[in-house]
Amino acid sequence: MSDKTPPEASAAGHPQLPDDGIEGPPLATERGAAVASQWRLMWWKFRRHKLAMVSLFVVFGLYLTAIFAEFLAPFDPGSTDRRGGFHPPQMVRFIDRTDDGFSIRPYVYDTKRNRDPVTLRTTYERTGDKVYLQFFGKGDSYEMWGLFEMERHFLVPVNPRERYYLFGADRLGRDMLSRTIYGARLSLSIGLVGVMFSLFLGVTLGGLAGYLGGITDTVVQRVVEFVLSLPTIPVWLALAAALPPSWSIEVRYFFITLIVSLVGWTELARVVRGRFLSLKKDDFVIAARLDNASQARIIFRHMLPSLTSHIIASVTLAIPLMILAETALSFLGLGLLPPAISWGVLLKEAQDVRSIVLGPWLFIPGGAVVITVMAFNFLGDGLRDAADPYSQ
Amino acid sequence: MLLSYIVRRVLWTIPFLFAVSVVVFALIQAPPGDYLTTFVAKLAESDESIDQATIEVLRERYGLNEPFLVQYWKWISNLVQGDFGQSFEWNQPVWELIASRIPLTITLMLSTFVFAWGVALPIGIYSAVRKYSIGDYFFTTIGFIGLAMPNFLLALVMLYIGVKVWGVHMGGLFSDEFEGAPWSVAKVIDMYSHMWIGIIVLGTAILASLIRIMRANLLDELSKPYVTTARAKGMSEWRLILKYPVRIALNPFISIIGLYFPALISGAVVTAVVLGYPTLGPLMLQSLLAQDMYLAGGILMILCGLTVFGMLISDILLAILDPRVRYE
Amino acid sequence: MSDPRLPRATVNAALPEDVILDVRNLRTYFPTRTHVVKAVDDVSFQLRRGRTTCIVGESGSGKSITARSILQILDAPGQIEGGVIRLRSTGRDAQGESIVDLTSLHPRSRAIRAIRGRDIAMIFQEPMSSLSPVHTIGDQIIETIRLHEPVSKSEARTRAIELLRRCEIRDPDIAVDRYTFEFSGGMRQRAMIAMALSCNPQVLIADEPTTALDVTTQAEILDLMRELQTSYGMAIMFITHDMGVVAEIADDVVVMRHGKVVETGEVNALFADPQHAYTKKLLDSVIKLERRADIKPAEAAILGADTPTILAVRDLSVTFPGQARFLRKPAPGVHAVRQVSLELKKGESLGIVGESGSGKTTLGRAIASVRAPTEGNVLYRGKDGVEVDLADLNGPALQAYRRRVRMIFQDPYGSLNPRMTVGQIVAEPLRNNNVATGAALRARVADLLEQVGLPAEVMERYPHAFSGGQRQRVGIARAIALEPEVVICDEATSALDVSIRSQVLDLLIELQKKLDLSFIFIAHDIGVVRYFCDRVAVMRLGEVVELGPASQVCSAPEHPYTKALLSAVPHPDPTARSMHLRTRYSEEAS
Repeated sequence: MSDKTPPEASAAGHPQLPDDGIEGPPLATERGAAVASQWRLMWWKFRRHKLAMVSLFVVFGLYLTAIFAEFLAPFDPGSTDRRGGFHPPQMVRFIDRTDDGFSIRPYVYDTKRNRDPVTLRTTYERTGDKVYLQFFGKGDSYEMWGLFEMERHFLVPVNPRERYYLFGADRLGRDMLSRTIYGARLSLSIGLVGVMFSLFLGVTLGGLAGYLGGITDTVVQRVVEFVLSLPTIPVWLALAAALPPSWSIEVRYFFITLIVSLVGWTELARVVRGRFLSLKKDDFVIAARLDNASQARIIFRHMLPSLTSHIIASVTLAIPLMILAETALSFLGLGLLPPAISWGVLLKEAQDVRSIVLGPWLFIPGGAVVITVMAFNFLGDGLRDAADPYSQ
Repeated sequence: MLLSYIVRRVLWTIPFLFAVSVVVFALIQAPPGDYLTTFVAKLAESDESIDQATIEVLRERYGLNEPFLVQYWKWISNLVQGDFGQSFEWNQPVWELIASRIPLTITLMLSTFVFAWGVALPIGIYSAVRKYSIGDYFFTTIGFIGLAMPNFLLALVMLYIGVKVWGVHMGGLFSDEFEGAPWSVAKVIDMYSHMWIGIIVLGTAILASLIRIMRANLLDELSKPYVTTARAKGMSEWRLILKYPVRIALNPFISIIGLYFPALISGAVVTAVVLGYPTLGPLMLQSLLAQDMYLAGGILMILCGLTVFGMLISDILLAILDPRVRYE
Repeated sequence: MSDPRLPRATVNAALPEDVILDVRNLRTYFPTRTHVVKAVDDVSFQLRRGRTTCIVGESGSGKSITARSILQILDAPGQIEGGVIRLRSTGRDAQGESIVDLTSLHPRSRAIRAIRGRDIAMIFQEPMSSLSPVHTIGDQIIETIRLHEPVSKSEARTRAIELLRRCEIRDPDIAVDRYTFEFSGGMRQRAMIAMALSCNPQVLIADEPTTALDVTTQAEILDLMRELQTSYGMAIMFITHDMGVVAEIADDVVVMRHGKVVETGEVNALFADPQHAYTKKLLDSVIKLERRADIKPAEAAILGADTPTILAVRDLSVTFPGQARFLRKPAPGVHAVRQVSLELKKGESLGIVGESGSGKTTLGRAIASVRAPTEGNVLYRGKDGVEVDLADLNGPALQAYRRRVRMIFQDPYGSLNPRMTVGQIVAEPLRNNNVATGAALRARVADLLEQVGLPAEVMERYPHAFSGGQRQRVGIARAIALEPEVVICDEATSALDVSIRSQVLDLLIELQKKLDLSFIFIAHDIGVVRYFCDRVAVMRLGEVVELGPASQVCSAPEHPYTKALLSAVPHPDPTARSMHLRTRYSEEAS
């Protein structure tokens, strides 16, 4: 009817001109697009979102880091170094200039610990010596994924008794790089596991509300409204405070994940409910009903495929919320507790001004949080934009 | 119309507050062991003792031997009379502890609010109208970082900068000379000279999403036919944008107030802990760590009440702004 | 029009006295990421004082964009690439007449803004969304007046009320303080017109102003515009896709296609003797719908006395319950269909006509078993001769009913699952009812697609690769897949361009013959019903007001509402304008 629709739409589609009766749009030229499934179309649309593409790789890299934490971390995250408290970050260098000329091998400059006689503050001073490093060298032994014994690490000092601090060291001389890498494991997995809980709650409740309507819908709606009106952090804190401190790391991790997942499900439920409600009225779903499709077929074949992309986008956007929640809880001392290592637990070390003035590198896990959350947000945005490839 | 809407909306908060109180009480009850055993254990730690009679009196007062519902009833009926119970950590009535901190909490939140909305509105409008301009990209980037940065981290960074750049510790709300002094203009000025850090820290997170919301809403509205109508009338571009699409995009922007109230309160808890503000947040954290559940529950109840109140205000504002709501 | 390629310098010279707006070689392009869309490509025409020029074309012809180019209110990234738009601006500023080239003005300049709304006013298609929902109507009119004239608020208000009165809005002094959502579509369009007229423009551009309205409302708006033109003497540029409307109101016609003007002419001449093949085709397809389809047998042949009834609707009512509200009485329910009784004879096409809100779609959906009726029965007696009542059916019996009684939807976009291929969509009913599997299923789907005129190769494609008409064919293939006996067409052709409309109708007629189908054909368009149906039921506010053979109802209706409805329909014949003679229907008359 109206020809004021954006020209791109008509260009991307086809000129709807009188003769379209039978021959239709230019078949040959749009052959590819014509047979492209929803996922292909979404991918085409997603690819155009450059930040989202970059973020996809970042997220991928972060999870790889978490999976191969033992191998990537140069040291045991719990091992302390009496002479390394608040050791500043060191630069790894590759071009080794010796009397014999150049050679390419990684090393850092060795340091010497001094105490300022007046302020009593510890300082580190570079000595002329070098600590040579090697790739895939032997270091602290560990059990890869708790399965097999290994002692190779990505980059370790040639001499196992020496240490280097790419990200600096904390108060007890523990290597921040190793701790940040290990922290990724809990922080990132809490996001994933928490989102699974949320997904389950959200899809079930939202789906029921949207599909059944009536009383169920009203009740779910009210519950969602109620949960949304609670100030999350105080409620989590109260919930977390109820967990006995005597519980093991694993049990506590499980319950913290549960608590954290209480954030995400309402948004998911809202998305799923809204979509279900509007889909239910869509002609193609009514057509499926009139085609005598079974309930299950209507839901799984006709409705869910148009939902999944939106769910994936919402889930992606919910993960960073969970990561932030865990970080905040652990930071306040009511989430995961040491010796568990998560980014929030690490940041607790940076809680007082004195520590961060001595070791600003204690912020590094915070940087990891920011990068992770941003990557997920961009990724989720890209997915959301691509979620409905048929809209114009 | 409007009045009846407001009345219905106010009445609607009652079942809401009721549900909140049940949740809060369940949380109070959640930690293992009842309040008195913790209390007695606590006293024993500090070598004080309490006689059996007092324990019995207390047990009676809180109905600790009774089933959950009776206990809840006792708690809630005391609560509506202003009795929030006793804090064993401080050995003071909970209400006395809370009352002194409520005004500061509200001040912090309202100030943040004014800051976040006041800044987000013009930036959001600018970003939408000048879509994909350098300024838009700049604010969008800042916004993304703001969204990704946890409140406490930003607060810590600010503290760090304070020490490194100015060599001062910027925590707390009052300079030493005003601590405990009676209220005066000078004290208020002093308070804001400290509080701005908190306001910025708290505001940034909300600011980021507010800008996004305003931008998205306005972009939606800018492509609506009534904008073309206004243009075809001969209105100047900025005037028509401000009068029509901005005015309409303002509605979801206002209704979002309600949704951001809980987030704001959440953020305020963490931020206040890091910055050492004498508001409800740090007190609550302290009480939770000490399992001082009546105090924690009382604070939680107040915080939830604030969010319910905030949502009420935002709904009423929306009804005033948008005739469609009240005619519904 | 004699010399379309006048050099720009001499353009100022030649402009006949009565020409107010002269568009010459206008080109408006939309550059996109990959290529440039030439939305308006070398368009020239003139608007004359006191005359109505209709710009007619199907979707995508660039007619709206031409209008927007004149006022330079194009949406991004549209840009005027070339051409001249000359406006004869009457001297309001005591300068006397001057001629301005609008393309030379910056889209944001004060100069063009002074022209918008004052010299050239515009009204739009969607009266629902073209006015701000949160400002009163008065506010929006007063603003227009005060933008262009230095008058006080109260003066402007008085004028706004007068304008509303002129546009026949009831109680204008109350209406002025109302919000748009308190008005019906027709009233909003009147308010739009009042706003457009507020500064006595010389040119009124109307962009499909009646497309979203019911036909009786359309007639009233057209009346109003004609009357206002007589008293204000402005030139009207009327954009439409409806040849009937063109014939009814145009003095001059510009036919557009693919962004180009294919033909220009005086209305009678153009209708009597179209020059361009496209105009001929367009007119033919419209005129074709003015009478019963040639390929259909006579009504009498279908409506024999002994023709058995295949489906009967008895006292059917559908009520939508009102919404429950907190602390208030639930919102009042809506009686969408009240006590309707109908019979569908075997092999006939029964039309159900009505305006929006008449309950015709709800009735169709109740018969198709989409929504359960509140009261009444739908009795169906199929080939097997057993009569069943839809109300009693469930489980396998309901499934059997749904195999026999099928439905074709209005929206060719929403009714096909975008995530399934056309082959899967057509196969769906066959699969679900265990009619065929594997290779047999494929063969049957290919056969069905060919029956509706689509090559079997399209099976692998997704709906997004098809045009509206083709999608509707897919919908038809799905409906006939189970060899049904009754097919309910819910506005099956109203979303299609007129030239495709008759193609789809002809396809349905062919299928009816071949497959022995009975149709319930729901439409708001009398032309389509006259072309396609044997009997017609006219619905109004949920009730059937008249029911009879199509030939009779469409030419000699009995009920006053039907009369009013029919007389409001514009016909594609400018020599026999009849709309102003139409009868009006009011509640008291019934």
